[in-house]
Parts: sequence; structure tokens; C-alpha cells
Amino acid sequence: MTLDDILTPRLGQALRPNIWDAVALILVIGAMVLIVYGGEQTTLPLSALDVSPVSLDPTNLPAYALRTTMRMLLAIVCSIIFTFIYAALAAKSRRAEMVLIPLLDILQSVPILGFLTFTVVFFLNLFPGEVLGAELACVFAIFTSQAWNMTFSMYQSIRNVPKDLEEASQSFHLSGWQRFWRLDVPFAMPGLIWNTMMSMSGGWFFVVASEAITVGNTTVTLPGIGSYVALGIQKQNLPAIGYAILTMLLVIIAYDQLLFRPVVAWADKFRFEQTASATEPTSWMLDLFRRTRALRALTYPFAALNKAFSNLHLAIPGKLRIPVKRGPPSRVIDAVWLALILASTGYAAWRAYRYLSATLTPSDVLAALGYGFITLARVIVLITLASLIWVPVGVWIGLRPKLAERIQPLAQFLAAFPANLAFPVFVVIIVRYSLDPNIWLSPLMILGTQWYILFNVIAGASAFPTDLREAAGSFHLSGWRWWVKVILPGIFPYYITGAITASGGSWNASIVAEVASWGDTHLTASGLGAYIADATEAGDFPRVVLGIAVMCILVTLFNRLLWRPLYAFGERRLRLG
Amino acid sequence: MLDLANQANLLDIRGVCRSFPKGSGEELLVLENVDLTIHSGEIVGLLGRSGSGKSTLLRIIAGLIAPSSGNAKCRGETIAGPPNGVSMVFQSFALFPWLTVLQNVELGLEALGVESAERRTRALAAIDLIGLDGFESAYPKELSGGMRQRVGFARALVVHPDLLLMDEPFSALDVLTAETLRTDLIDLWVEGRLPIKSVLMVTHNIEEAVLMCDRILVFSSNPGRVAAEIKIDLPHPRNRLDPTFRQLVDSIYARMTQRPETKTPAIEGIQGTGVGMILNHVSSNVLSGLLETLAGPPYNGHADLPVLAGHLQLEADDIFHLGESLQLLRFAQLSEGDLMLTDAGKRFANLETDARKRLFAEHLINYVPVMGLIRRVLDERPSHTAPAARFRNELEDYMAEDQADETLKTIVSWARYAELFAYDEQSETFSLENPH
Repeated sequence: MTLDDILTPRLGQALRPNIWDAVALILVIGAMVLIVYGGEQTTLPLSALDVSPVSLDPTNLPAYALRTTMRMLLAIVCSIIFTFIYAALAAKSRRAEMVLIPLLDILQSVPILGFLTFTVVFFLNLFPGEVLGAELACVFAIFTSQAWNMTFSMYQSIRNVPKDLEEASQSFHLSGWQRFWRLDVPFAMPGLIWNTMMSMSGGWFFVVASEAITVGNTTVTLPGIGSYVALGIQKQNLPAIGYAILTMLLVIIAYDQLLFRPVVAWADKFRFEQTASATEPTSWMLDLFRRTRALRALTYPFAALNKAFSNLHLAIPGKLRIPVKRGPPSRVIDAVWLALILASTGYAAWRAYRYLSATLTPSDVLAALGYGFITLARVIVLITLASLIWVPVGVWIGLRPKLAERIQPLAQFLAAFPANLAFPVFVVIIVRYSLDPNIWLSPLMILGTQWYILFNVIAGASAFPTDLREAAGSFHLSGWRWWVKVILPGIFPYYITGAITASGGSWNASIVAEVASWGDTHLTASGLGAYIADATEAGDFPRVVLGIAVMCILVTLFNRLLWRPLYAFGERRLRLG
Repeated sequence: MLDLANQANLLDIRGVCRSFPKGSGEELLVLENVDLTIHSGEIVGLLGRSGSGKSTLLRIIAGLIAPSSGNAKCRGETIAGPPNGVSMVFQSFALFPWLTVLQNVELGLEALGVESAERRTRALAAIDLIGLDGFESAYPKELSGGMRQRVGFARALVVHPDLLLMDEPFSALDVLTAETLRTDLIDLWVEGRLPIKSVLMVTHNIEEAVLMCDRILVFSSNPGRVAAEIKIDLPHPRNRLDPTFRQLVDSIYARMTQRPETKTPAIEGIQGTGVGMILNHVSSNVLSGLLETLAGPPYNGHADLPVLAGHLQLEADDIFHLGESLQLLRFAQLSEGDLMLTDAGKRFANLETDARKRLFAEHLINYVPVMGLIRRVLDERPSHTAPAARFRNELEDYMAEDQADETLKTIVSWARYAELFAYDEQSETFSLENPH
């Protein structure tokens, strides 16, 4: 018997399709067709948008949903590529790190919707008269809402790779390139996937806001759910808004089931722990593909290619050589590097000053700051209110495991749901009862982000150790004392995590939430968000820049002075276990 | 002639020193002037207390860190980066949790660019050799500790290294598992079935070193130096109950508790003098418990360390820490592998809680200089408070940051027990007030 005799029958069996192959094949081909269809639409000239404008006919919704989803996915792919390069650079090079990490910190607090103004103009000029330019602008807007937290997560992971694994890969002569793909990337995977899912959820908010945008006298309306909603608002068509919400619901469920669950289930093996956990995430989709025979056989070449790729002998410096002496020469280069950074920062500051001072006066700065403090007050009040409501509710749910199991996914879903879809409802109510927009538009800012507080508190309360609860019970602790001494300290770190996300999101949402309209009715609440939104609409770039800068500074200060110390305190003193 | 002699040496370490930056920015010497030669066909053990620099030496040989001075050569070539022909087994196993047993074992070969069919054959052979048959497709988290370390061995052996480095490979395993793995390994070694020429292992377990090694280098601490070289000529398999074996273990215990030649009031292991003394954290509960045990039968104030370690189920390293803390406080005395209670120690064992605390406080003030210093500063200041940072800075003039942390932790815990002074963790200040 030759080797071939042994191999052929087994290989033959591996190739013979089974029933799961048929199902999986249909899914794969379906996805391909959809991608091609969606892709074709983007290469049309810009004038085509005017020929077939967005219509409120609900039969168009599946096509719109497809295009919107494709923009989201494309942005996620860009974010992942960006993350790999940026995070690896920041983690591997000390000098790059000095610049990249503070930069990332600031980029995180820049109001994303403020970006739109510049990018739309930039991309439209890049591809004059083509839909592609507008598409790219939209994808870029979504990208800027998704990338930063993913990059941070990956950077943190690479920096925290366990020392023994690092030593093992060094002592087994893995090259820098191999080490990156075999150690750094797998180790970063769980955090990266979790953050990708969060980003995907966050992205919906911006896709809805960025598909239909007016900058000065340029108005672009890309076919998609966002534009559909914008038109619905303009035409005061409430049923259309309902359809859009329903479609969004279906889309979110679909990509959760078809994309994220399989990925999470697959990535379970990358979780860095030495014991098997009790409940492993499962996915019917992944099981389906794992049961297929022929399709899996088809993936072998890709697996081999992947392996060859990670084993490429590239000369990437991976700290293979050990530094023998840390001496003066590196100090000199450091000084030069630092001087270079300072010089370019100084130049940038000077240019910004020149640009802004040409049109703006100090009183404009004061005005922007004043609006900033109004919005700041809103954020503080809203976070306080949301906390007063959702902390007790979250604790109540979290201490009931059966209930928590059911509510938790719902809360996460609500966090993913783009709250701006619900804005029209509020506007109708405000107009109907002629309420004060300065007060009643505010809840919109936290509409979408309050759920982060809820689901983090639920998670904290669920994780609260039973023995501590029992101890509290046996000492007859109850009422106010129980809240202050037992449960609030127990959930504190979780609550802070939720509140940080919620407050960041609220700042961002203020740009959309402080200005709302329904048909011809425009409601404006005075605040920094409205300031930026108005300047965008008027094409007043200096004011947009000023508004963004003020918001950036306020958000960064707010984070540094309030949230970070609270977070550190929670981690140091109140982390259980 | 000289060249020929050198060629037989797998490893040549000459005058190697290594220092790390201290908290205050100066350098702390952890390894001083170490010489070591390893020939083909021997198992060499580096035995020493934690902090004696033996792991640092192993990492220098593995090419993971560079020596500050001196010459380290492997197979005649100066070590710069992990040398070829050397592989390592880790205390924590260091397996990649996302790779199966087979993939973990193949990893080292992949890095060397070995072609895939040969890779598979060699990996399977190594798995077979080390007794992991049937576990090829398992992930590390599905395995017990012993099985995981077997994967660690297979991964190190599959590259057919000349020199196998082992960093306390059995210390993360339970007693029974560790013993099985040791005997399995020694059996393979004696039968000549391991694809290696020599082994260098780091351990703090005296019996383990005597059981496995042909030659033991005993390290002394601060800075790490080779204090003695002991040849073990016993044939394998060795019997722990054999009188010669016991005698060897006893003599190494004695050597490790010997006072150093230098005329400092410091005791071996309690490093530095005066305020710069490094204190290892030992709970006052454990100290009291040990004093009571020593005072009672069968010891009646005098215990043989190996016997005591066996009775209390402690590693040699732990028993040394305890003994030294007692010796520092003048409650007991260490010498020649024995631990003897002093009069104060006997008195302590028979006292009530409050009286014990007073005696403990008195000894702390008298014999632990940093305690006296803190108490004096607190007494002198009108506010009777002082930030911990003030003393931390002073400690860091003498020791590395983590040692300063450990010392501070010890100070706080002992002072709290003795009610000498209080410490507020949030504001990081010492004060004389105890909460009422």
C-alpha cells in the first residue's frame, strides 16, 4: 500500500459535501451577491443620486439597510487595519509611543460629528462628481467613531503580554514578525473583539447622522437608513420612522447572529486563562460551518496561507537582540526627538492661532466656552439622573440571576440602538405641548448612552459575591445602610466604567441632540453641541474648529479630573476578588 | 590542547556581574563575579534562596538579559540573544493557551524554519517520549499542571538542544506530581533517551537538587555569589531515605544557614544593615505560631531545620524566611541548620496576647532600626504623622523598588500587631493615633 492509497479515501471523504455544506454555501453565496450589488452602487456619478432620490417607500428599506450595513462593515475593516498598525507601532517603539498614545487620547475625546464638516469637503474634492467621494466621507466618519477604543484595547493588550510567554517566544527564536502574529495578536484578540462589537454598536449612531449631511451649500444624501430617516423627519412621516426602526432592529439581530456570535465563540480559545470556564459562548452559525465537510476542506489552503504569512521571515525588529548598555547615545536621540515633537506642536499651534484669529475675536472664545459650560451642566445633570434611576434598577435586576440573564442582552441591544431614530418622537411631543427645548431636548443626549450604566450595574450586581450578601443578611443590614455599606461599594468599579462611557457618548450626542427638527419645526437648545451644529450648517469653519477644540478640552479635563481618579479609586479599593 | 579542552565545555561563564537600577536610580548588584562551566553529560543545579540571583544567571545564559560585565560564552560563542542549541523550561510552563499541545510543541521548530512534515514527525516523537500520547489536540487549559509541564518539556526537547535550561520546573506542581515528573525525567536521562547533552536547573528545593544533580552550586544572597560547589556522586535512582542522601541534605541546610565571613551584624538572608535592611513579609500570626511550636514538644526550643520543614510542610525557602525573621527579632537563633529559641522567644511563647504585643514592640524598636526611626520621627513631629513616602525614599537608597514595597508592607503589618504606630492606606501616612 502506498502513501496515496492511505490518503485518497480519507481526502475523498473530506471533500464529499454533506447537508451542512449546502446551507453554508447558500449563506456564503448570498453574502457575496449582496456585497457585489452594494458595491456596484458606489461607482455611479454623484448626479445619479438626484435622478433616483431616496424615497420613503418601505420596499426600498432592505436595499438601504444593505448599503448602510456595508458602510459599517467597511469602516470596521478599516478600523481593524488601522488598529493593527497603530497599536503595534505604539507598543513596540518607545519613541512612537510618546506621540501616538497622547494623540489617541485626544482623538478619543474629539466630537466625531464635528469631523464630518472637513472630511466631506475633503473626500468630495478627492473624487469630484462621484458617489465614491461621499461614500468614503461617510465611511470615514463611521471609522472615526470606531477605531480609537479598539486601538487602545490592542495597545494595552500588547503591553501586558505575560512575561513568561514573551521569554518563551524569545528563547524559541521567534522572529519579531512571528511573535506579533503568534503571541501579540492572539493575546489581544478577546479584548479587540469585545471592543469591535462596542464600536459596531456605537457606529450606528453616526451612520444615521452622517448619511445625509449639509455643509454650507453642499448637500449629499446617500441612499441608506440614515437618509431615509432624515427624509422621514423632513416629510413628517411617522410611519416611515417606525419602518426604519424595525429594519434597524432586524439588521442588528442579523449581524449579531451571523457575524459576532460566531466570532466570539471562535475567539473563546484566545482567552488567557489556565482553567476551562463553566460556560463557553456558543453560536449556531459557527457550529454549522464546523459541521460542513467540503467547505472546510476548501478553507485548508487559506489556513496554510495564513500560517505561511505569519511565518514569513521578515526583518522586523522585535527586540530579539538584547540591549547590552543603555547609555548616553539614546538620550541624545531622545532629546532630538522631543525637540522635533515640540517644534511641530508649536508650529501647529501657531498655524491654528493664525487661522482662528483671522476671523475670531476673544469674545468668540468666551462665547464658545460659555456654551461649553452649559452643555457640561447638562451632561452632569443627565448622568446624575440616569444614575439615580438605573443604579437601583440595575441592582434589583442583577441580584436576580434568572431575570438578569434575560434583561442583560436587551440592555446591550438598547445601547447598540441608534437613539437618533427616536428623536422625532421627542420633537413631536415638545412641539405639541410647547415645552422648553432648553430642558426637554436634553434627555436626547443620554437616550442612547444611559444603557451603558444599566448593563454595567447589572453585571456588577450579578458578580457580587453571594457570601457577602449572606453575611450582610445575617447581620440584619438593610435599607439605607445596606446600600451604602454593601452594594454600592460592590458595584462601584462597574458603575464607573458604565458612567465613563455614558458621559463620553453624551458629549458626542449633544451635536445632534441640541438641534432637532420635525418637518419645518426647528428646535434649538443653547449649548456647545448646537453651536457646532449651527456652524457646520453655515459652513463657518473657524467656529467649527473653535467649538471642537473647546469640547475636546472640556471632555479631556472632565475625564482627567473626575472619571480617572474615581476609576483608579474603584480599582484600588473596591475591586472584589 | 587548550582549545580541545574548551570545546568540551558547553557553557563558559567568567566573572559575570549583573546589576539592576535601584529605586533611587543607583545600581543594585544582584550577581557578583560568577564563574560557571558546564561540560557535556552532566546535570548541574543552581541552588539558592529567592533573590540570590540564580534566576538572573539562568536568564543571562538563555540570552534573555545581558550581563553588566564579564564574559558569557555558549559553545565558544559570546551570548548575545538566545543562543542556538539552548532551550528552556519555565516555572509557569509558559504555554500558549490558544495553541494545542501539538502546536505548542511545533512552535519552536516553526521558528527555526523546519519543513512541515519533519516538524510533525519530530513533534510527535517528543510528545511520545515525554508521555503525552493522546493529548496532541488538547488545549493547555484542559490539562492538569503536571501534564502542562510535560508539554513544556516536550517543547524544549523537540529542538534537540545541547543544553536544557530549567527554571524551577517543579515548584508550581503539587508534591506527588512533581515527584513523578522528576523520576520520569531522570529515568529518561539515565537511559540516554533525552536528545540533549546537559541540563542546568535552578531550584530552591534542597532535596530536589540532591535528588537530580551531579553537581550543585550553592548561591549566597546579596549580591548573588557562588558560595560552594558540591559534587553528588550517588548513583541514580537515588533514595531520599538513604543515610548518605540525608547527610548531604543536612550539610547543605547547614551551609545555607551559616553566618557569612564578613563582619557585619547582618544575618544571612536579612540583607543590608541599619535602616537599609530588607524585611521579608512574614505575618505576626505565623511567627507566634512558630514560636509556640518550637517551645512545645517535641522540639522544646531546639529544632533541626529539615525536620521542622517536613513537619510544617514548608519549602526550605519559607523556613529560612521564618527563621531569619525570628533571629532578627532575637526570638531565636539559626546556626548549622538548627533553629534554637532564645530566652525572649521562650518567654514570648508563654505570654498572653497583650504582653506578647508589648514584648514584640520592644524587640521591634530595639532590633529593627527602621522601626525605631519611624517611631522617633513620629514622636518628634508636633502632628505625630509622617508620609510613608519619606521612609520609602530612604529605603530606596539601599534597595530596589519592589524590595522597598515588601519592606514597607512588613513594617506596617508588624507595627500594627505591636501597636507601635498606625498607618492609613488611603493617605499613605504613618501616625501615632490608633482609631478608637
